[in-house]
Amino acid sequence: GPLSERPLMEVRLGELHTWISTCSFSPQGLLGAVQKAWSSYCDKYIHVRRGGPAGISMLLAGYCLLSYGWNYQHFKRHRWRKYH
Amino acid sequence: VLHTTRPLHTTQQSLAPVPPLPEKGGEVRHGLIPEEFFQFLYPKTGVTGPYMLGTGLLLYLLSKEIYVVNHETAAAACILTVIVYGIKKFGADVAAFADKLNEEKVAAALAMKNEAMQTLQTAIEEEKKEQWRVEGRKYLFDAKRNNIAMLLETNYRERLLMVYNEVKKRLDYQVAMQTLKRQKEQDHMIQWVEKNVVQSITPQQQKESIAKCILDLKALSKSARAAV
Repeated sequence: GPLSERPLMEVRLGELHTWISTCSFSPQGLLGAVQKAWSSYCDKYIHVRRGGPAGISMLLAGYCLLSYGWNYQHFKRHRWRKYH
Repeated sequence: VLHTTRPLHTTQQSLAPVPPLPEKGGEVRHGLIPEEFFQFLYPKTGVTGPYMLGTGLLLYLLSKEIYVVNHETAAAACILTVIVYGIKKFGADVAAFADKLNEEKVAAALAMKNEAMQTLQTAIEEEKKEQWRVEGRKYLFDAKRNNIAMLLETNYRERLLMVYNEVKKRLDYQVAMQTLKRQKEQDHMIQWVEKNVVQSITPQQQKESIAKCILDLKALSKSARAAV
């Protein structure tokens, strides 16, 4: 299909630049993108008949990574060695 | 007319019944990494590619201390162990329980649907029966017409009888009046004749008739004695 309407997973690496230029960065556009991403994630991993721990565990792992990233400056101070 | 800012129901999707949920979710390996990642790296690096990538990444993060090992690491390790153990041990049971709940819900909905269909089916049959019954309305109306005719006839005959009785009563009265009058006239005449006759019998006539009677009686007694 047309480049601007394809989901991110189906865009090839070479076309990534063009694809980013086609998507809208207005608040509505961003909100729409976030909503679309969330709903596609839910449809794939959560709204199934026989799901497993994968759906929530990925969210928790992402949350762990994000919070580690937010507190990185605090962790940097508790390094074991000064020079790596 | 509904005033809306956007057109409603432009696609056909809203009319169809809701599609059922997919049976299983997307494949995830080790509970954390989607299968698509492994498939993405398979053509270039084979099966062990993503694992080598993961190990290399981990060693890089640890050695450069981008990931700092502290008390939280120990806590995370303990928690993860417990969680993994719990999932491995009780996962199947919980899944079976959830499946049972779902099954019950679906069965209840299905039962309701079947019941509704059954009621509608019986309603259809009842309706057909009613339509068949309607065909007999001819007989019904014939019977009603007969009933009414009989009622009218009965009424007519009752009235006829009443008329006959009334007329007979009047005629009987007239007849009774006439007979009474005649009888009264007769009695009165007889009485008047008797009275006049008794009055006309003079004392001399009475003596003569008594003497004649005595002579007759003597003659009779003679003839009777002779007969005996």
